[in-house]
Amino acid sequence: MKNSEQTKRRNERYNEYVKSITPLSSTLKSLFHAFLIGGTICILGQLIAETYHFFLPDLDLKMVASYTSSTLITLAIILTGLGWYDIIARAGGAGAFLPITGFANAMSSASMEFKTEGLIFGTSVKLFSVVGPVVVNGIVWSTIAGLVRLLWSVIF
Amino acid sequence: MEKILCKAKNMLRTDTINPVIENKSLSPKKQTISFNNPVYIVSSMSVVGQKEGKGPLKDYFDIVYLDDKLKEKTFEKAETIMLKKSIDGAIKKSGLEFTELDCMIGGDLLNQITSSQYVAREYSVPFLGVYSACSTMTESLILGSILIDGGYFNNVVCSTCSHFATAERQFRYPLEYGCQRPPYAQWTVTGAGSMVLSSKDNGDNIKIKQATLGKVIDFGTSDLNNMGAAMAPAACDTLVALFTETNTRPEDYDFIITGDLGKLGSDILRELIREKGFNLGKNYHDCGCLIFDITQKCYQGGSGAGCSATVVGSFILDKLKKGEIKNVAYLATGALMSSQSCYQGETIPCISHAVIIERC
Amino acid sequence: MWWELILKLLLVFISGGLLCVLAEILIIKTTLTPAKILVIFLIAGIVLETFGIYKPLLNIFNAGVSVPIVGFGAGLAEGAIKYATEYGFIGAFAGGLLNTAFGVGVAVVVSYIITLIFSPKTKK
Repeated sequence: MKNSEQTKRRNERYNEYVKSITPLSSTLKSLFHAFLIGGTICILGQLIAETYHFFLPDLDLKMVASYTSSTLITLAIILTGLGWYDIIARAGGAGAFLPITGFANAMSSASMEFKTEGLIFGTSVKLFSVVGPVVVNGIVWSTIAGLVRLLWSVIF
Repeated sequence: MEKILCKAKNMLRTDTINPVIENKSLSPKKQTISFNNPVYIVSSMSVVGQKEGKGPLKDYFDIVYLDDKLKEKTFEKAETIMLKKSIDGAIKKSGLEFTELDCMIGGDLLNQITSSQYVAREYSVPFLGVYSACSTMTESLILGSILIDGGYFNNVVCSTCSHFATAERQFRYPLEYGCQRPPYAQWTVTGAGSMVLSSKDNGDNIKIKQATLGKVIDFGTSDLNNMGAAMAPAACDTLVALFTETNTRPEDYDFIITGDLGKLGSDILRELIREKGFNLGKNYHDCGCLIFDITQKCYQGGSGAGCSATVVGSFILDKLKKGEIKNVAYLATGALMSSQSCYQGETIPCISHAVIIERC
Repeated sequence: MWWELILKLLLVFISGGLLCVLAEILIIKTTLTPAKILVIFLIAGIVLETFGIYKPLLNIFNAGVSVPIVGFGAGLAEGAIKYATEYGFIGAFAGGLLNTAFGVGVAVVVSYIITLIFSPKTKK
């Protein structure tokens, strides 16, 4: 018992030491990169939306939004296929994975990676291996949101 | 059937046992083995990928592939071919015939060490598969040396390999997934290294003199990206055991070389070993730091089983051959986690085996 | 007209950039993985939509909040709420997917097509 207590203390001490010596990313620089790349992707989205709005004025706003996200997703997946998206992401960090393009990149990268196991057992099985958490949590929590609002309207 | 097998085993033992072995005092507390019969490293072969081929050691490697996929269908296949090339090359360099080969020992980082198994099926030679993560090379060398020292075999090939793309898929994310690595991460080396051990010398006179077997050490780190910090305590433990059991000091070795601690890990090792009363001076190096240049964006340096195998097999053995250095303490370090164990909240157990290579 | 667009884009740039900065701070200062951070922002979007805060934000910042994953979460919640009020209890389960089906569908099919054409490359 005493021994394990000692080990625990040793480990805590060591982990603290490691933490103190481990270099962290230069915060300002990476924040700036994330801001720049994230902002640029959002601007791109806005410009695509404006273009659709300009050329297809009959389209309602919701459809424009759908068209826009589909276009962004397609672009991101093509960049992933060419092997360029991860280069952007290595510089941009959160700026590249937080926008919907990051979602598309995660999906297509897993899909391409497991192609070697075949289209059925590789690609089809692993397609959601990285984005799974987003899709699953999205469905679960949005269902809860819908139920909450339903309950709300029933009570009040 | 079992009886016959048992009998055969006993016969083998009494037939080939070396009288010297019986005199060995293997007290149970010792981790270090001294080989009484000479075990020579007669040849080695290092095969690396393009990124390693642009590093500071590029002139030492035997083969540098410019395409990491070697025009194969999968990266796993490319890894297998690299390993085969290195084994074939090492055997060819040693001047031995394939029929003279007694045993192959090897392993790699993939699940069920498939790369090594697939290579082994192409030779009709007994095969021992070992897994010790990135310290596979020293574990193979130790096992090979024991087999030769015991007089069971004359020629043994030890080999290992790793590949950036296959390791990335197994331990991290898909290749094209855009994720930022922290500055303390390491880069898996694409490469394969093989060494041929023999009981007869070919003139180079490079011997494996001693080996220190490592214990599994876990200091409770759990950051998958910070391998150097996880492995440094294991290296420290083995190194201290080596120094105390052989009554040596760090200055007694021309080179003390660790496998893949990286820059951060080797700094931690220096600090840890200072607490134990030893000082690692300028003779201490790390393969992960040697193989890549700081301009190559490899964060803390190289890692992977192929890292130390290729560096020691080319750069270090070359120095020994030329007589620039006389003895080397070679410690490869391995982190023994799996991709599941870390998600289950386990910490990272690590191991480090050491071999002392000497030119006399 | 033009300065209006530029002002709009500026707001998009700043709001989108700041959201990404927030995520980057989480990456640097905590040990959270990108997947966990994505889920956090997604749930944030769902919560914002549930309490009716997302819509006003969208009107000001446009793509600045809809392109980050927050927008995806809000879309899911919007659909779930809409179908729940329309079809009752069962609608909440289907609404999220129905509303975001465009994006997810495109992502799956295009990924599949790209997979047929390209293979992953090793990194330099």
